[in-house]
Amino acid sequence: MTSSAATLGATRTAVERSLRRRRSDLRGRLFSAGLLLTLLVALGVLVLLLVTTIDQAWPVLSERGSTFLNDDASSLASRAGVRQGLVGSLVLTAFVAAVALPTGVAAAIYLQEYARDTRVNRMVIANIRNLAGVPSIVYGILGLVVFVQALRPVTGPSSYGRSYLSGGLTLAVLVMPIVILVTMEALRAVPGSIREAAYGVGATRWEVIRSHVLPYATPGVFTGVILSLARAFGETAPLLLVGAVTGYLNAPGGQGPIEVLQGPYTSLPTLIFGWARQPGEDWEANTAAAIVVLLVAILVVNGLAIALRNRYDRRW
Amino acid sequence: MRALFRTAALLSLGVSLAIVLALLGQAVSWLTRIDLSMLWGDGWFPRRETFDLLTLVLGTLLVAAIAMAVAAPLGLGAAMYLSEFARPRARRLLKPVVETLAGIPSVVLGYFALSVIQPGLVQGVLGGTGAFSFLAAGIAVGVLTLPLVATVAEDAMHAVPASLREAAYGIGARRTTVSTRVVFPAAASGIVASLILGLSRAIGETMVVAIAAGATGTAVRTLDPFDGGQTMTGAISSLAIGSDQVRGSSLAFPSLFFVGLLLFAMTFALNVLSERLVRRTRRWS
Repeated sequence: MTSSAATLGATRTAVERSLRRRRSDLRGRLFSAGLLLTLLVALGVLVLLLVTTIDQAWPVLSERGSTFLNDDASSLASRAGVRQGLVGSLVLTAFVAAVALPTGVAAAIYLQEYARDTRVNRMVIANIRNLAGVPSIVYGILGLVVFVQALRPVTGPSSYGRSYLSGGLTLAVLVMPIVILVTMEALRAVPGSIREAAYGVGATRWEVIRSHVLPYATPGVFTGVILSLARAFGETAPLLLVGAVTGYLNAPGGQGPIEVLQGPYTSLPTLIFGWARQPGEDWEANTAAAIVVLLVAILVVNGLAIALRNRYDRRW
Repeated sequence: MRALFRTAALLSLGVSLAIVLALLGQAVSWLTRIDLSMLWGDGWFPRRETFDLLTLVLGTLLVAAIAMAVAAPLGLGAAMYLSEFARPRARRLLKPVVETLAGIPSVVLGYFALSVIQPGLVQGVLGGTGAFSFLAAGIAVGVLTLPLVATVAEDAMHAVPASLREAAYGIGARRTTVSTRVVFPAAASGIVASLILGLSRAIGETMVVAIAAGATGTAVRTLDPFDGGQTMTGAISSLAIGSDQVRGSSLAFPSLFFVGLLLFAMTFALNVLSERLVRRTRRWS
């Protein structure tokens, strides 16, 4: 009796041990830890970037935080501020929103809701995907040829075409394919049963889209659109080609909105680029401070988009 | 309504056509005006009328290769962790952070490369000299492309049907085996697509290179990652900024159209290729 109980106990510990050994899969753990490490390195870079930038920016932000936000660009590091860049970026982004959103959303509605699966339509969609992958500086060249040179009488006769209009239109063309793609994605996520229910009670196609599909797709459209506007806000390369001012901008005051739009401009990222090329520690601190302003603006916008998505994320 | 929406959709074709025409017209007119021997030399010196395209292409490939050496392992590792190992809560927390990394403007990373990566890593650890280097620019471009690689690859791995994983678990496979032998091969075309997309993005990246690889607008042909130099995008941007001074010599400024055409052709080919591969992964759903 006792010996069989002992064998049973021994067997049980042996089984337990072998089960436990199986569970502590060392190679698997190492592999998983290695993968986690790659993710942490990526996040570590983000943290390092934020910490070093804030550290460099601190002297400027703590000493003249509010004047830094309110001062114009200047050739003196101690008097340069980001106001013109910030205003320029906001005007450009508003312009992009006004141009690219209606057009992009309309195009997406056509492609997703109206267009039949023909060869031409498939080609249009493939073409839009490719446009979304074209390097931004190529859009800058497009803007230079079309908006700055060819359309100069419209975009800015007195500023040689290097105006808000040229910059805004270039950025609008740049984000349009992204707006179309994210809107199509959001429309596609609305289940067919909702459309069918509306058709079933006799709604026309436009009524179905307007009062059923669009309301359900709105959060998704919003998220995508906000992210593409954030992209426009931080974009620099194309603006260099369509003539954003990198240095001192002498903006005359007291003009009508059309004169302003046809006039010279700069943007926050352009300002940062210009300052980053200046030698000396003063400019380094200025650049870092301007980057903090830019990042705060973009992080706020991104956070808004992510919060919106999490709040309205619907699963059917 | 329908006609209005249709016009908006067709506008995109117009934009593509405008890009091609704008680049092609100006590039061809530049080509006919230069002496073809100017396209070969010891470097890129637009003002001395030496337009050695090989210098720019080599610089671009060097930066892109360094960028991919950073973005491929980190991006794919992060993607596999998020898709296969992370618990749902961790995933919900970590994925937005990776997406936030994607939202950082490239000027910011350019400045980071110049003020942190170059002095801290390239000069401090690897013993480089000089204020600019391809290496610092390439690493920063890699950080910039990492989120793109990670999200596209994660989507591809996540799309692999659970039945494949369950079948493998059912015959006693461990999670590591399932990830590397089942999910990875099943998502292979999507993973390759993510890498190609990253490469295309790295080739087209401008601001990091313009800030951190050397901003003089000229370059000697070199393949040393510790040297500074020009890529295609860097050359375009410095021609554009310096346009006021360069416009006197009428051949330098329009050369940016030809370089732009070359850049457009390269990224277009890569994008079409990756689109084909992504379509192949969609057969799961």
